[in-house]
Amino acid sequence: MDPLMPPPVRRIALDREPNIAPPRAPAQNGAEAPTQRRATVRPPVAAVRERMQIENVWLAYGENWVVRDVTLPVRQGEVLALIGASGSGKTTLLRSLNRLTEITEGASRAGQITLDGTDIAAQEVNELRRRISMVFQQPNPFPMSIFDNVAYSLAEQAPPRGRRRRRTPEIEQAVTDALQRAGLYEEVAGDLDRPALKLSGGQQQRLCIARALAAKPEVLLLDEPCSALDPISTATIEELIVGLRESVAVVIVTHNLQQAFRVADYVAFMHLGELIEYGPSQQVFDRPVQQRTKDYISGAFG
Amino acid sequence: MASVGVSPGPPAGTLAVRPRRESVSSWPLIDRFWFGLAWLTGVGLCVIAFAIVAIMLVKGIGYLNLSDFTTAPAASLQQNQSGGFSDPIIGTLIVTAIGIAIAAPVGVAIAAWLAEYGRPSWLARTVESAIEMLAGTPSVVLAIFGLAVLSQGFLGFLSEGASKGSLGESFFNAGIVMSLIALPLVVASTREGLFQLPDRLREASYALGKTRATTIRCVLLPAIRPSMASGIVLGMGRIIGDTAIITIVLGATLRNEPVNNVPVIGLLRGTGSTLTSYIFYNSPAGEGNSHEKAYAAAFVLLVIVLLLNSIVTRLTRGPRERRTAFRLPRFGAPRS
Repeated sequence: MDPLMPPPVRRIALDREPNIAPPRAPAQNGAEAPTQRRATVRPPVAAVRERMQIENVWLAYGENWVVRDVTLPVRQGEVLALIGASGSGKTTLLRSLNRLTEITEGASRAGQITLDGTDIAAQEVNELRRRISMVFQQPNPFPMSIFDNVAYSLAEQAPPRGRRRRRTPEIEQAVTDALQRAGLYEEVAGDLDRPALKLSGGQQQRLCIARALAAKPEVLLLDEPCSALDPISTATIEELIVGLRESVAVVIVTHNLQQAFRVADYVAFMHLGELIEYGPSQQVFDRPVQQRTKDYISGAFG
Repeated sequence: MASVGVSPGPPAGTLAVRPRRESVSSWPLIDRFWFGLAWLTGVGLCVIAFAIVAIMLVKGIGYLNLSDFTTAPAASLQQNQSGGFSDPIIGTLIVTAIGIAIAAPVGVAIAAWLAEYGRPSWLARTVESAIEMLAGTPSVVLAIFGLAVLSQGFLGFLSEGASKGSLGESFFNAGIVMSLIALPLVVASTREGLFQLPDRLREASYALGKTRATTIRCVLLPAIRPSMASGIVLGMGRIIGDTAIITIVLGATLRNEPVNNVPVIGLLRGTGSTLTSYIFYNSPAGEGNSHEKAYAAAFVLLVIVLLLNSIVTRLTRGPRERRTAFRLPRFGAPRS
């Protein structure tokens, strides 16, 4: 620094009262501590039913096999969590379930994935994606109103356009239902015409879940839905996921082991494309069979 | 989420301070030199732009009469008998409307295909080069090309001239050729807008079981409305300012000359003039003798183009940026 130049002067108000927030009352403190909450209080599920079967699936981008010989069931009534380090192929496996890998250039697949016994490759792809809906890592609402975001996924192909034009009571009802299932309705009910991008991150992600649910899917895929969110929004969404598993089969990819433990009934641990261990979440976390699972869960790698 | 008493800001009387900017005088001499040069060129450009507006304002407004907007031009050696320029204004509006009505949908469609499909890639590359070639071709070349093609007899429904075996000069034909010079601008800005959209927007739509076409129509194009609009407005500016195509394909007659009494079609099949051809004709370099009228018309043209420019700026900037200009937050009551 130039020795002739005086240091930049910055005026700081030193003489004013310090504004340190007083500590909150303990009762109030305990009332909201969402990160402490465990999803052990899980609503019971009437029936568990197998919806999808992943059989000896191999997936590749170009020459590079990123998923190797994975076999897994997906059941309605249970949450299946895919865990594993980055690059273990969990997201690719998830995206292959509704054939979203196909939009990537050079992706190929071996093995079979069935939905209710029918090979997904044999189904019309847009119809399939309506049955197997997906929520992404980054909240990605469309740049339109909250209402239009949800209404867009209702229609078979082209959605109702315009602000108030063609807003039939059925559409209104369906949008309200979807928002309620996603636990967002109370917060946005006042103004559904607000642009969706004005919502907070957590609200945007719940809007994306509402949008996915509005298509009346049978399977819901979640790709690290909470990784961009704060703990309070995360807790809200986790609770929501657990509540949804009765009506749709839920598959969630997560990096967060705590989260997998909180929401999942079954956990599949993947490493470098291979399925290392699969079992009830309690068992995988408490008594893992494989050494690699033990290492990963105890934080030895990944 | 339950909010816990958030303080609205520091207490009244707090002075908000920004750290002072580093001073230029502390820079090395060579940096200061280049900085000064850059500063000078910027200011020089402002001076030129200001001079254009000022000269046109001084020369134009003095000669501008309100009656000019309502009187048709007349060929006369006397300035006061040469009429106004109502016909050229109408001509400008018609040519621009036809040109943009063709260029906007075609351009958006080309851009959507290029950005969202683009298969096979050799075809996409060919289309891109074709657009670039079109953008680089002087408009006078496009004009004589257009005249050659549109003078064919079977295209007589577009112009009276072509149907009689002479030149195909008409508003229809001028609008068609004009669409070619606006097209590259519409394509470029629409495609740029589509490229800038994140892929997660497309994935979100595909994951809901929507086709590519639905995604483009209902999600992507509405999302890039500002870029499309700015491309269209830029294209309109190009059309309004072009003279060569008007002279060659519109005939650049002094008045608009409908070919028959059929209300709109008769006018559009006939020849006419626009503000640019009117200015050219009446300028000191042209055949006409009403230089004052030329300055007045040039002023009107400049105002139209400046208006369009400000629309582009507004559209591309968006409403949010406009509202939150540089402003220090004000805490509590102002200090006395």
